[in-house]
Amino acid sequence: MALDSKTPKGPIADKWTNYKNKIDLVNPANKRNIDVIVVGTGLAGGSAAATLAELGYNVKAFCFQDSPRRAHSIAAQGGINAAKNYQGDGDSTYRLFYDTVKGGDYRSREANVYRLAEVSANIIDQCVAQGVPFAREYGGLLDNRSFGGVLVSRTFYAAGQTGQQLLLGAYSAMNRQIGRGKIKMYNRHEMLDVVKVDGKARGIITRNLITGEIERHSAHAVVLGTGGYGNVFFLSTNAMGSNVTAAWKAHKRGAYFANPCYTQIHPTCIPVSGDHQSKLTLMSESLRNDGRIWVPKNMKDVEAIRNKTLKPTQIAEGDRDYYLERRYPAFGNLVPRDVASRAAKERCDAGYGVNATGEAVYLDFASAIQRYGKEQATIKGLDVNDAALIKKLGQEVVKNKYGNLFQMYNKIVDEDPYETPMMIYPAVHYTMGGVWVDYNLMTTVPGLYCIGEANFSDHGANRLGASALMQGLADGYFVLPYTIGDYLSDDIRTGAISTETKEFEEAEKDVRAKIDFFINNEGSHSVDYFHKKLGKIMWNKVGMSRNVKGLTEAIQEIKALREQFWKEVKVPGSNDELNEELAKAGRVADFLELGELFAKDALNREESCGGHFREDSVELDGEQKGEALRNDEDFAYVAAWEYKGEPSDAVLHKENLEFNDIELKQRSYK
Amino acid sequence: MNLTLKIWRQKNASDKGKLVDYKISDVSPDMSFLEMLDVLNEQLINEGDEPVAFDHDCREGICGMCSLYINGEAHGPDRGVTTCQLHMRMFKDGDTIFIEPFRAKAFPVVKDLVVDRSSFDRIQHAGGFISVNTSGNTIDANAIPVNKADADKAFEAATCIGCGACVATCKNSSAMLFVGAKVSQFALLPQGKVEATDRVLNMVRQMDEEGFGNCTNTGACEVECPKGISLENIARMNREYLKASLKG
Repeated sequence: MALDSKTPKGPIADKWTNYKNKIDLVNPANKRNIDVIVVGTGLAGGSAAATLAELGYNVKAFCFQDSPRRAHSIAAQGGINAAKNYQGDGDSTYRLFYDTVKGGDYRSREANVYRLAEVSANIIDQCVAQGVPFAREYGGLLDNRSFGGVLVSRTFYAAGQTGQQLLLGAYSAMNRQIGRGKIKMYNRHEMLDVVKVDGKARGIITRNLITGEIERHSAHAVVLGTGGYGNVFFLSTNAMGSNVTAAWKAHKRGAYFANPCYTQIHPTCIPVSGDHQSKLTLMSESLRNDGRIWVPKNMKDVEAIRNKTLKPTQIAEGDRDYYLERRYPAFGNLVPRDVASRAAKERCDAGYGVNATGEAVYLDFASAIQRYGKEQATIKGLDVNDAALIKKLGQEVVKNKYGNLFQMYNKIVDEDPYETPMMIYPAVHYTMGGVWVDYNLMTTVPGLYCIGEANFSDHGANRLGASALMQGLADGYFVLPYTIGDYLSDDIRTGAISTETKEFEEAEKDVRAKIDFFINNEGSHSVDYFHKKLGKIMWNKVGMSRNVKGLTEAIQEIKALREQFWKEVKVPGSNDELNEELAKAGRVADFLELGELFAKDALNREESCGGHFREDSVELDGEQKGEALRNDEDFAYVAAWEYKGEPSDAVLHKENLEFNDIELKQRSYK
Repeated sequence: MNLTLKIWRQKNASDKGKLVDYKISDVSPDMSFLEMLDVLNEQLINEGDEPVAFDHDCREGICGMCSLYINGEAHGPDRGVTTCQLHMRMFKDGDTIFIEPFRAKAFPVVKDLVVDRSSFDRIQHAGGFISVNTSGNTIDANAIPVNKADADKAFEAATCIGCGACVATCKNSSAMLFVGAKVSQFALLPQGKVEATDRVLNMVRQMDEEGFGNCTNTGACEVECPKGISLENIARMNREYLKASLKG
């Protein structure tokens, strides 16, 4: 099948408006006869469910957590971008579009990104109307801050809990519709398959995680807002339950999976402390507004720090290497995430890591505390030479901005980041790849949509900070509600979809067979045993830096591990009860397939772009020496994989990316 | 360190349940409490026993999914943290630790340490929202200036994670801190004032129907709240409720 992105014709700035003017609509009376299933209740799924219900569709929403409010969007910290230009610093829709395409290393679809930038400003209006308590200035207007890879302040925030506040906004909109009976909410339900009837997505099979009951649910369209697959690495900043299962089942039913190798390794996370580690914790990128990243210049200081005979605060200014400021003077500590992560790895690989494992760098707030302290003393007419006072005033400002993050750090590491620099290291955080969708956000399966992190469309090979929240809400509130109507306008005479058909029966049978296998298998190793092994292969060979040898080995190793898993996995308990091991087994089975496709995709893409860094594709000389080297001639395409059984048999389809409004060039943050 | 764990085991909602003893060794002080339970569960699975069921997800103190009543305190002995952020450095070698589910009439036990908190969702369905459609056809965000002090207070109330520690801690199993936080967030903002009367009446009615107890001002909820939600919010809700009742 040829990949048609269905991008509307015409100038980029008019595409979305013209599109909306020409699509078919469903009248309000007919909407009452149409059912839509939404899986996942994060920013994308939650906002879509609420909006579709408001429009009049009958929505069934599903989440595996005990409440829609707990979806992992809640953990997003730093903020949400919007081209409001409230700061008058030169922001515009075009600039947000440009920054996002450039930040994504020219591997996203222009028309989607422009639409995202276009609707971004409206998200803020909407959220404020819903009562989302964004940070404000003393005049009562909204405050902004900066994020990596941009030169303006366009990020709206609510302390270090922006995702929480936005999700609670979407959750409140859902609650209003649940109360009115327009959304039927299914908590603690996991989607285990998509059901296709006559080639169209017409329902899903779920398992009730409390009772074990297998259920059939039908609808005229199915929307997946099920998040990213970072947990294929076992250790990531994702929630423990975050998984690829819904997206992977869709893939197995015909939805192409695009660019699986595009993974964001976030530069500022709390380093791994031991083998018991179950997950990693992010320290928001917003901290790079005020924190300066460094390692010691001299190896003797590194050794003294590791021996605990020297404290970082005792190292003189001249003996510190602020390597981001040194290498990237224009953007300094606010380079994009992929660039910052690789720079940290480069210093640690060279031996300058500052903790026992050699995998940590400092994020230091001392100079910000000084700067803010002096500013406050001046405002209040106090003595700017009183060091203790300056420190106290400065710490108060920093606490106001990042208090919850500093507290989190303190609880996990048992050190006070107001007094000593934080130690940080890159960790898996977000996946730009995902289910392939066209301009309508529809997958290659008619009637099956994919929104938010679960799809691939807007961030190219690297996502800019504070853009995930923007995309999730844009898709759910403002894009999907239009595009899905165009599709559903053909369904006004279809009537309710029956679940008593052979398609539902067969899908249910498959699901039951897999569950029975897990429960009855006389295995010897727990699910986590396999998940941790998979994570190690992924991190060591398909992580921040990739090469042909490592990727080839990874493909073999994952395949072997998958075969071992199906022989030796041990799942205690039974099906008809709350059984977390059983749920995990199904998720890890899917990760074991995705992982191989991921490595295959990384092997296929013989260039470095964004989060995908190939050691065989770097600039060899000139000002950019050592930086990632893209190959636009051969790889300016989306790699969309079609399922054919084993991951090794997956067939590659290319969507060529055209750049008409932005010139393709080497990304420079120098 | 080596520890003795006394953990509540209950097969399902109708089972009676009991405390069961477990020994665990080589616990690192850098482990989180839930990572310690992961190690126990791995041990149980390898021995052919059923692992302990407990709720958890984000493991960074924000989703509100984890619970646990540890040594008689919701989220354990540390302050300002959820169970997932509690670290084993708070305990000593040789300690005996009691681990129970959050207990309240409105939070029935599902299995072991997992409880059903859907009563909280139903209170939110009754009025935890501003009735504005998500069409985006609203006024510019900066057309509604909000006094910074009010905005900050609304934000502080809105940081509630809905974990239910307040209910588990309260001797009356009252949900007033939880409901007060939501009522306050909207009552403090101009956008929320429009339907303030209906909101507080509906949410309080649902709270009572769910079987939560009343507030007798002991303040234990505020102490155990991992997000430090202030008792002020209960006072504000009471004022809102009184105002609404008089109007009513």
